[in-house]
Amino acid sequence: MYEAAHAAAFASALLDPAASVPAGLIGHKRYDIHRNNVTVSLIDAIASIYPAVERITGTDFFRTMARLHVRATPPASPLLFDYGRDFPSFIDGYVHAQQMPWLGDVARIERAWLDAYHAADAAPVTLADLAAVDPARLFDAVLVPHPAARVVRSRYPALSIFVMNRQPATPDARLESDAAEDALVTRPAFDVMVRSLPPGGATLLAELIDGRPLGAAVAAAAADSEAFDLPANLSGMVDAGVFTHIQLREAMT
Amino acid sequence: MILSDSLVRRSRATALEPAPPAGVGFKHEHADAIAADAGYAGFLEVHAENYMGAGGMPHRLLERVRRDHELSLHGVALSIGGSQPLCREHLARFAGLVRRYEPFVVSEHLAWSTHASRYYNDLLPLPYTRATLACVCDHVDQVQSAIGRRLLLENPATYIVFEASTIGESAFLAEVARRTGCGLLLDLNNLFVSAVNHGRSALADLDAFPVEHVGQIHLAGHSVHADADDSRQLLIDSHDGVVADAVWSLFEHALRRGVRVPTLVEWDSKLPPWPVLRSQADIARDRMQRTLHAEAAHV
Repeated sequence: MYEAAHAAAFASALLDPAASVPAGLIGHKRYDIHRNNVTVSLIDAIASIYPAVERITGTDFFRTMARLHVRATPPASPLLFDYGRDFPSFIDGYVHAQQMPWLGDVARIERAWLDAYHAADAAPVTLADLAAVDPARLFDAVLVPHPAARVVRSRYPALSIFVMNRQPATPDARLESDAAEDALVTRPAFDVMVRSLPPGGATLLAELIDGRPLGAAVAAAAADSEAFDLPANLSGMVDAGVFTHIQLREAMT
Repeated sequence: MILSDSLVRRSRATALEPAPPAGVGFKHEHADAIAADAGYAGFLEVHAENYMGAGGMPHRLLERVRRDHELSLHGVALSIGGSQPLCREHLARFAGLVRRYEPFVVSEHLAWSTHASRYYNDLLPLPYTRATLACVCDHVDQVQSAIGRRLLLENPATYIVFEASTIGESAFLAEVARRTGCGLLLDLNNLFVSAVNHGRSALADLDAFPVEHVGQIHLAGHSVHADADDSRQLLIDSHDGVVADAVWSLFEHALRRGVRVPTLVEWDSKLPPWPVLRSQADIARDRMQRTLHAEAAHV
């Protein structure tokens, strides 16, 4: 295509400190400047997405872990706010993080936080909009989620740990229990909101995000948890700005 | 009454036109301070890639900036100096920002950052040859066609020289400007950093620079290190401090060479409080005004 083929040769050793410096460079020791720029700036990008994880592990631990991830999984896109999606599973498998089995879930909440931060703007429906729907038609309705709405489920109290370690952090807080937690992450206006979901709520919202009508989502949530409380869940989610439209059945055809 | 045309033009310019605007890079940390600083009349510059999300706070802040100030848009990842075709998707995002925010200046770098579906997040160097010249011109043509206006191409800070290079950087940039009609962004910190790193005179490099194509100036801070190869100084284009005295001197020299363009102070890490950053832009503005006044006094 082009005669110019300089980039392939120059890129070959950027992410591999053991590889030899490409030929044809005057001042080849300075190649390390670019190696350093690439790796350090990508570690910084990961650190900016996962500040609570860094706070928990300490900076040295974090940057060592992030360096391994950056070299194994460099970004494919220049949109760095989209980078690091594989980092939570990398943490799950990272040998030195096995004493913190909840750490990957804290990272998942942080990833969802940044996705919500950059998501498209949309006006949420209100409790009055919900109350205006004919109850007989409500279960056939599709509640369209806000582009920012995310659910993160954890077998651990990952949400409480996240809250204790994000700014403004509450470092003196103590975990009340080691129970599983489900987190709702969304952004009704411009500020990201992270909340705990009541029993069954995660299943309900996951089903709604998949586009199922409310009735089907409620059945799944009730099957998931005996403590599922529909009015409490629904009003809590609407209050948090989780939905942007209520599509009644006729409107869908 | 015999006055040369250029003197007439110059005296009119000093009498009627204010100095070109000075500006700074916009950081969200400064958003509230800028909004509260009614006296700041400069422009603001953003990195395009930071505003390529769908919505939310970044766009809200940028809309406020655009409402209150002139905006310049600075791309960092189009990879114009790369050896692969430009990413069409990324170019479309870039053009979308130009349409949405109507910046008064749009710029990118003579450098590359993407190859074989990997983004390296650094401004990487290229050899200057006839082949890379054709490739860069092709890429600049594509960008200008996508955005429907002139692009300014920035001279890079370099640390490495390629044995394959056959064209000097200034001649390379001049030829890109001549063939594509693009303008140039003269980054005086980059010019200084490169000159020192390669053992050249920065003043001679500036005298060789095709200033007639320059549409914007960048100023920034750099950091000083010892070179691994020998005991000479190695400068890194770090954008983490005030503009160095030597770079201010180059700015004065560029003004004396007749460059009259919007001038921006970049500061990207170890961010200072807003008044410190603003004072750097004020210095740039004052020096531009002083040069114009000095010229007026000579007429």
